[in-house]
Amino acid sequence: MIHVSGVSKRYGTQTVVDDVSCYIKDGGITSIIGPNGAGKSTLLSMMSRLLDMDAGSVTIDGLDVNDTPGRELARKMAILRQDNQLTVRLTVRDLVGFGRFPHHGGRPRIEDKAYIDQALDYLDLGALADKFVDELSGGQRQRAFIAMVLAQDTDYLLLDEPLNNLDMKHAVEMMRLLRRLTDELGKTVVLVIHDINFASCYSDNIVAMREGRLVHQGAPAQIMQPEVLRDVYEIDIRIEEIEGNRIGVYFA
Amino acid sequence: MKAVVSTGLPTALTQHQRRPIKGVPPKTWIIVLAVLAAALVAVFMLIDLRGNIGYILPRRAIKVGSMILVAYAVGVSTVLFQTVTSNRILTPSIMGFDALYMLIQTGLTFAIGGQALLTMGAPARFVIEVALMVAFSFLLYRWLFTGGGKSLHLMLLVGIVFGTMFRGISSLLQRLIDPSEFIILQDLFFASFNNVDGLLLLVSALAVAAVSVLAWRMRHQLDVLSLGRETAMNLGVDHKRSVISVLIICSVLVAVSTALVGPITFFGLLVASLAYQLCSHFRHTSVLAIAVLLGIIALVGGQLVLEQVFAFDTALSIVIEFVGGIVFIALLLKGKVK
Repeated sequence: MIHVSGVSKRYGTQTVVDDVSCYIKDGGITSIIGPNGAGKSTLLSMMSRLLDMDAGSVTIDGLDVNDTPGRELARKMAILRQDNQLTVRLTVRDLVGFGRFPHHGGRPRIEDKAYIDQALDYLDLGALADKFVDELSGGQRQRAFIAMVLAQDTDYLLLDEPLNNLDMKHAVEMMRLLRRLTDELGKTVVLVIHDINFASCYSDNIVAMREGRLVHQGAPAQIMQPEVLRDVYEIDIRIEEIEGNRIGVYFA
Repeated sequence: MKAVVSTGLPTALTQHQRRPIKGVPPKTWIIVLAVLAAALVAVFMLIDLRGNIGYILPRRAIKVGSMILVAYAVGVSTVLFQTVTSNRILTPSIMGFDALYMLIQTGLTFAIGGQALLTMGAPARFVIEVALMVAFSFLLYRWLFTGGGKSLHLMLLVGIVFGTMFRGISSLLQRLIDPSEFIILQDLFFASFNNVDGLLLLVSALAVAAVSVLAWRMRHQLDVLSLGRETAMNLGVDHKRSVISVLIICSVLVAVSTALVGPITFFGLLVASLAYQLCSHFRHTSVLAIAVLLGIIALVGGQLVLEQVFAFDTALSIVIEFVGGIVFIALLLKGKVK
């Protein structure tokens, strides 16, 4: 369980995340939605200790994110941000292999290879394993990084805008993959996402933020309501039910 | 908001990766370069060996020893620095580390006097200077590297401003001190491989050995750090602590190389860039070995050519700075164009 309590972040006089508290249950996908500048990515960064918080605390399975040794936390939770630039030249297999670092600390054991192969298989990267990461397309790159955090074998997976730069096909594939990770492997996935319809179709739980505050939290059916979305995005969004999914129509 | 914690480097600069020469494994390069370096050292020691051998050989040994130590210090400090700052353009020298070291030397002369410094002896003076260097670089640079998204251009600018400021304060102090003390100081600055103190070399070697142990223990973390701040943190590496460790290692190494031969700004950039190109593997153990060997070849080979061909007419650092400066500009331009 992830427990966020009273977390705030300020830059100068501007408060980017303002006293956010929430519980995220084990299992399932939780999507964080909200307009630009709502503090979604900042909150995720603080949950994953990439960014220091000014107030509050976050615990993951009872481990305080700020006090727990990095390596211990890295075996519990993985975080992947959207822009992963590499200055080094690595093959996909090398990159995925780094996912095992929190477990072996630089001295790979035989069982680590099994995890790497499994992660490569899971993301269908077998044929690309010996290619260099900088030779891959954006979607393939994204998958290579996901394979790395998968090899990390953590219960919790935090993803910052994993659909960024992906076309429709790859975006759908990514969401299906995350669904499989939670359904088949029992992982808890938290992601920041802009597309409310993806959030609606694939999540178990949606957290909505606006101006640094958590304004709504609930199942997709509770959040995908015109008045709730109006409160979050300040535009009128019509909700249609298509094949059991609630879809927001906001294009016109 | 994304920008706040992103790696902060312009895409053009990070995406630009030179292809390493394919097919040649790092081990082969290390063996080839090691043989070449050993051969150059042997030639340097033995060429034109006549007269009082008992006098000439130890002098040459000190010279070669100091060149090897400088090559090691510059190569290692540059590669480690570039790893923790996730870039391949900035080096400790470009960030003003050696200017800071010279300021500390000047400041010490100003504060306690040149005579006192000389009577203190090279090792004691060196130890004090290194301690000050570590303390000041820690105070000045820590904020710059431990945070997330600092842009490369900001860092470059800070480096230039720091470097200029340190040099400015140094030259102000130099004007204020007694002319005879200034001459003592000048001897310290314009040190070259031709007048290295044997005892200083020994103390430097000890300091280098000490930080090397620290670096060796970090070698796996360093490989992870080369993936960038956030990925490294995700993989459980304590980024802040690693940056501070590398900052300390670099301060000592820069102090060693500056104390032995004075500032050489672009040498590190030169050997590090070449090493990345030759090394097809990301492991620091390989990259560092290649960088150090390249450094030894450049310094010993360069000094050899200098002594035999140009008959000491020019200084090695001028040649190295010239080539290194061109590489620096080329790297900047290529990063921008792509």
